[in-house]
Amino acid sequence: MKTRTLFPLAAVLAMLVASHAWAETYIPVISKGFQHQFWQAVKLGAEKAAKELKVRITFEGPENESQVDKQLEMLQAALAKKPQAICFAALDSKAAIPLLKKASAAKIPVVGFDSGVDSDIPVATAATDNVAAAGFAADKMAELIGDAGEVAVVVHDQTSRTGIDRRDGFVNRIKAKHPKITVVAVQYGGGDHLKSTDLAKAMLQSHPNLKGMFGANEGSAIGVVNAVKELKKQGKVVVIGYDAGKQQKDAVRSGLMAGAISQDPVGIGYKCVEAAAKAIKGETVPKTIDTGFKWYDKTNIDAADMKPLLYD
Amino acid sequence: MDQPTPLGDREPRTPRPARRGRGRGAPSAVQTLLAFGVLIAMVVVFSIASPNFLQFDNIVGILLATAVNGVLALGVTFVIIAGGIDLSIGTVMSLSAVMTGVVITNWQLPIPLGIVAGLATGAVAGMVNGFVIARLKLPPFIATLGMLKVANGLALITSGLRPIYFTDTPSFNEIAMGSIVAKLIPSLEIPNLVLFLFGAALIAGFALNRTILGRYTFALGSNEEATRLSGVPVVAWKIAVYAVCGLFAGLAGVLIAARLDSAQPSLGFGYELEAIAAAVIGGTSLSGGEGTILGTVIGAFLISILTNGLRILSVSQEWQIVVTGVIVVVAVYLDIVRRRTQEQA
Repeated sequence: MKTRTLFPLAAVLAMLVASHAWAETYIPVISKGFQHQFWQAVKLGAEKAAKELKVRITFEGPENESQVDKQLEMLQAALAKKPQAICFAALDSKAAIPLLKKASAAKIPVVGFDSGVDSDIPVATAATDNVAAAGFAADKMAELIGDAGEVAVVVHDQTSRTGIDRRDGFVNRIKAKHPKITVVAVQYGGGDHLKSTDLAKAMLQSHPNLKGMFGANEGSAIGVVNAVKELKKQGKVVVIGYDAGKQQKDAVRSGLMAGAISQDPVGIGYKCVEAAAKAIKGETVPKTIDTGFKWYDKTNIDAADMKPLLYD
Repeated sequence: MDQPTPLGDREPRTPRPARRGRGRGAPSAVQTLLAFGVLIAMVVVFSIASPNFLQFDNIVGILLATAVNGVLALGVTFVIIAGGIDLSIGTVMSLSAVMTGVVITNWQLPIPLGIVAGLATGAVAGMVNGFVIARLKLPPFIATLGMLKVANGLALITSGLRPIYFTDTPSFNEIAMGSIVAKLIPSLEIPNLVLFLFGAALIAGFALNRTILGRYTFALGSNEEATRLSGVPVVAWKIAVYAVCGLFAGLAGVLIAARLDSAQPSLGFGYELEAIAAAVIGGTSLSGGEGTILGTVIGAFLISILTNGLRILSVSQEWQIVVTGVIVVVAVYLDIVRRRTQEQA
C-alpha cells in the first residue's frame, strides 16, 4: 500500500527535478490570489519581465483574499528557498512584517506590488493609486448622470485595502465635488459574480430612482451589469465598472456599461519583477512606482494603447 | 505494515458491533501507523528533492502552519468520534479572535481577560451547536452550517468590518511568536505557538482516553441508542462534546490572533474542511465511534508537510490543490479498505 502511495509522489518529483533549471536568479512572486483574471494578468506581466530579464519566477497566492495566514505560509516557504529577491502583495501588511524583517535580515530585497506593505522594508512598490482612480470614476459618473440624483456602489470587500480605497475614493469625491448627487447605498459582494448580482438587483429594487451604479472590481461590476440586464433597466441606469475581463469588455461594447477604470495589471506584474531584478543588481529603484490607470469606454476600447491593459 | 487483502468470496457483512472499544485497539492504530509511514516517506522524499526542505527555519514554518489547523482538528475529532460533524469551527475561530481583539484592543482590558473571552466565545458557540443538535434534533450538518454563517456575520459586526490590531499590546503577539524554548536553549528558536499545539494535543488525548467525557464520546458515536438506554444523559453529554469542540476553536482563534497580531473577521471559510481532513487522514472514522488524538496530529502534519513540500519544490499552485485533494480521497479509501478487510476477517 505504501509503495502505491509513493508512486505518484515519485512521478511528481521526477517532473520537478526535470523542470528545475539550475542556478539562475530566482524571484518568487507572492500575490493575493491566482484564480482571478486580474491576477493571471499580473502573472503574465511578471512572466514577461522574467523572460526579458532572464530571471526565474514562481507565482502563487491564496485561494481568496481573506486567507492572511495561508499567504504568510507561502511567504515563509518562499524565504526557505533562499531567493535573490521577493515580490509580495500583502493581504495584511502588518501581519507580514516579522517575515519581511527576516527577509531584510537575510539581505533579500522585497518589492511590494498591488497594495504594497505598510513598512520601510520594501525597496519599491508597484501599485495603482486606487483612491485617485475611484475618484475619477465618480467624476465620470457625475458627468454621465447630469451631476444630480441617486447613485449606489457595489464593493468587493469591506476590509481589504483596495476595497476601502475604491469605496472611499468614489464616495468622498461625490461628497466633495458633486453635492447634488447622493450615494444611497454601499454594499459588499465579496467580488463574487453571483452574490454581487443578487445584491445589485435588491439595490435596484429598493431604490427605483437610481441613476447610476459603480462596481468596484471585476466581480462587482459584472454583478451590476447582470442586475441591470435582468431587471431590464438598460439605458436607465449608468453603470461604471473597474478592471477588465471578457464580460465587462462585452458590456462596454454593447453600451450596457458606460465605461470602466482599468488598472494596468500586466504592468504591475512587469514592473515589480523588473524592480526586483534591478534591486538584486544593486541599482536604485524609485520607492513608489505608480502603474497608472485609464478610463475606457466604447470609443477607445479597441485603441492600440488600451488593448494591452484589458485582459480577458 | 501491509495487510493482505483477502481475495476469497465476499462474505455477507455483519453489522458492526455496538461497542468498538475506545480507539486504542488495532483498527485505528493501523490507520495511524499508515499515516505516520506516509508522513515519514514524504519527509524523506522532500528532503532528497530539495536541500531547502529540511532546514531549521522551514521546519519551524511547517510547525507554525500546522498549529492552528491542528488545534481545530483536535476539537473536531471529538465531535466526529461522537458521530457528529462541526462545520462552524473556522468562522467560530475568527469570531473568537475578534472577541479577543475587542476585549484587549477596543476595551483595553488585560490580555488574560481577552484570552478568556476568546475561549468562552468558542465554548458558547459550541454549546449552542450542541443544544440545537441534541435538544432541537437538527442534523449536525445543518445546525453547524447555520453557526458557520452566524459566527461569520457576528465577527464582521463586532469588528466593525475591519481587522482589529494588537499593535498596542506587543506581549499578546509574544504569546504565539515568542519563544520560551529559546530562553532555555538559545539556539533553538521554536515559537510558543508550537508548544500550544502539543499542549492542547496532550490535554485532548487525556480527555479522550482517561475521562468520562472521552468514554461517552466513543459511546455516543458507536451506538447512541444503546448509550441512552443504559441511562446516560445523552443530551447533556452531546452538548458537552460540541462545547469541547468549540473551546478548541476558541483556542485556535486566540492563537491565530496572536500569530497574525490581528483579528481578521472575514477569515475562516475552508478551515473546517482542512481540520476535518486532518482528523480523517489520521484515522478518525466519519461514521463515528473511532479515532485517536495522535492520528489527528499526524493527519494535520501530513497536510502541512505536503503543502509546504510542494511549495518548496515550486510545484504550480493548481497542481498543489489537485495533489492535496487526491491525498484526502486516498486516505479515506484506505480507511474503507481496512474496514472491509477487518469485517471479512
